[in-house]
Amino acid sequence: MAWLRLLLLWSLAPAAWAAIEAYEFDDPVDERRFRDLVFELRCPKCQNQNISDSNAPLAADLRRKVHDMIRDGRGDDEIVAYLVERYGDFVTYRPPLKPVTWLLWFGPFAALAAAGLGLALWVRRRARAAPVALDDAERERLDALLGRGREES
Amino acid sequence: MRPARKLWAALPLLGFASLLAILGLGLGNDPGLLPSALIDKPLPAFRAARLEDPARIVTEDDLKGDIALLNVWATWCPTCRAEHEFLGTLKQRGITIYGVNYKDERAKALHWLATLGDPYRINIDDREGRLGIDLGVYGAPETYLLDSAGVIRYRHVGELNQRVWAREFAPRIEVLAGSG
Repeated sequence: MAWLRLLLLWSLAPAAWAAIEAYEFDDPVDERRFRDLVFELRCPKCQNQNISDSNAPLAADLRRKVHDMIRDGRGDDEIVAYLVERYGDFVTYRPPLKPVTWLLWFGPFAALAAAGLGLALWVRRRARAAPVALDDAERERLDALLGRGREES
Repeated sequence: MRPARKLWAALPLLGFASLLAILGLGLGNDPGLLPSALIDKPLPAFRAARLEDPARIVTEDDLKGDIALLNVWATWCPTCRAEHEFLGTLKQRGITIYGVNYKDERAKALHWLATLGDPYRINIDDREGRLGIDLGVYGAPETYLLDSAGVIRYRHVGELNQRVWAREFAPRIEVLAGSG
């Protein structure tokens, strides 16, 4: 019967979640938009949490603001722009593409390309270098090092 | 061939050294400090109640006229307590300070002002943090420098003390007073 209890617990979980903050939307589409937005907006107070996860009072205020703006019929872009205007690009987890963020967007690809180029050059140079034959003295020394005495072989 | 080879061999070391330098510089930065998006922009329009008298409404126009500080504070904020005395000193030096009582309880805030002194010319009651959002406030205390036209010129996050004042505020005020 343990699984039944688990199932019951599981079915109650969303209700418990909803009790923390009940934001009601007339339209399920709006509700989805709300969830997506609070997931993508970063809490300015808490560095590495979105405003959906954060318990900071500021995050709660921002959730309320997003909710109010959706209810007022504002578009997603408008809501994000509103917050970026106030908190800067920090507030969004999708930083806009502009000169100061070029390194952020293209840096990893540039590093990958540089590494690939370096590797290709290195491999090509190794392939071109002809193996050098050993002279007699070197061969003798190699045999000695490997313990391959003339008498044994 | 030889010098070129040496250069190639030094390349990983150079790369590592520059990475260390970048990370080392980053270590000195406080990730909690965000640049304000409102620098050189006018105060956002707002309508809020005065803390002392909720029947009286304050708007952004009431904060224009003088070079002034806009200080975001709350009784739940220990750093605000720490800087409160310095705000009193600034008031004595003739600096205009407006207050935003941020997400606080009115009775507690009034008690704080009655017992610790009131350095503010006007105090705005922002119990729900709505003005805070418009200002991009993300923690108290924050102090904004306003010019006489109500344009935000600088924001400081954290305690305002003599050191911060002398380094960040005083030179800017001198420039503003000179040009205006």
